[in-house]
Amino acid sequence: MSFLTNAQLLSMLEGMLTTVQLFAICWVMAFTLAVLLVVIRTIDFAPCRWFVDTYVEFHRNVPLLVQVLFWYFGMPELLPEPVRMWLYAHNAEMSLAAIALSLGSAAYIAEDIRSGLRAIPATQFEASRALGSSFLQTMRFVIVPQAIRTSIPPLVSRALLLFKNTSVAMAIGVVELTYRAREIESETYRTYATFGAATIMYLLGSFLIMFVGSRLYKRYRINTGAGHA
Amino acid sequence: MLEILQDFWLQLLIGQYPKGPLGGLVMTLILAVCGLLASLPVAVLLAIARVSPYRWVARSAAVFVNCVRGMPLLMLIFWSYFVLPKLTGFSLSGFWTLLAALVIYESAYLSEVVRSGIEALPRGQIEASRSLGVGYWTTMRKVVLPQALFNVLPSMTSQFVSTIKETSLGYVISVNELTFAANQVNNMLLTKPLQVFGLLALIYFIVCFSMSRALRSLEWRVRRARAMV
Repeated sequence: MSFLTNAQLLSMLEGMLTTVQLFAICWVMAFTLAVLLVVIRTIDFAPCRWFVDTYVEFHRNVPLLVQVLFWYFGMPELLPEPVRMWLYAHNAEMSLAAIALSLGSAAYIAEDIRSGLRAIPATQFEASRALGSSFLQTMRFVIVPQAIRTSIPPLVSRALLLFKNTSVAMAIGVVELTYRAREIESETYRTYATFGAATIMYLLGSFLIMFVGSRLYKRYRINTGAGHA
Repeated sequence: MLEILQDFWLQLLIGQYPKGPLGGLVMTLILAVCGLLASLPVAVLLAIARVSPYRWVARSAAVFVNCVRGMPLLMLIFWSYFVLPKLTGFSLSGFWTLLAALVIYESAYLSEVVRSGIEALPRGQIEASRSLGVGYWTTMRKVVLPQALFNVLPSMTSQFVSTIKETSLGYVISVNELTFAANQVNNMLLTKPLQVFGLLALIYFIVCFSMSRALRSLEWRVRRARAMV
């Protein structure tokens, strides 16, 4: 087994940087969209509910790779010519992969937030309103702080999955870590070294997310009085 | 879209089967079934290892599970694509390569499911069995596992749906499955990527959605059976 040169290692680190960028962009977009979806779902108008439910079910039952391929090969066809040209001149792979990944994750995150909200008894809401707080105040000081806490574990595992799923973007040619590893492997045939290095980089990222997640969980755990750990 | 389905439904369903290799949706389902069935015994062993009274056994199983959970499936697929032939000396077909990666990945996730089932059983069950003079392995086989596996049946079946979705990654190493077949159709038509990939997404949606709905009734039955005990 031979080791990688500095240049190759550097090129893989660049790939890792793209992976982290993609992850960060998608996480922010997905979370924002998910909050929006949850809010739309609460509107008391059936089509709103149907829309969100269809959105969630669709994205949960179609493989991520297919969503990415659909956005990359299919969607640009619908765009007007100048926009499409502009997109292809400006790293279309990256932006389309980011859109596909964000839309897909948003469906899962919305479900996580919704089940966090559902875990809070309705009486809390009623009590707060009865004490004269407005709807927004109730949301801001009573409901959301608790819901966020119960949603932390699923949201962390969702973040971990998103981090790993960014690798799917290599299928449409986004030059991220897996793509770089594949490229260097085919140039040098140093299979163990390249994939070993890429695996270690992914594991470091994943363990960091798991670690931050467990810290957050301990910090924001709701003390129910059951058990004194 | 309907025209494409009319012209290519056979190819999307079974690939080039009578004349060439089996592929398409049938291959996707075979891969998912084989992947889940093969990973179940590994997952059960891993779960038993994780609740083992020997700390080093529990520790090493935990390290394995966390490493696999921290790695993208795509990375595992590349590992088995490049390393398995080197290790075994055979050139493996895409089917076996993907299956090997799926089994490792799924067994890690499934072992967490099985472990949660084992840990959810009251300690008294194991203690009662042990104090009646039944050995450790017999207790596992006759008392713990039958109950634990039955109770986690719903989570295992939802793992099946995600396995179906994960087989789509075989596309990257040219395994003859549904996504690969759709890509071939797309290459033949050249001008209709939106319709082809839209159709692909729809096929996955119909298969996975109807399956998860069907499995929900199973979940209900398990819940009822548990409540009666």
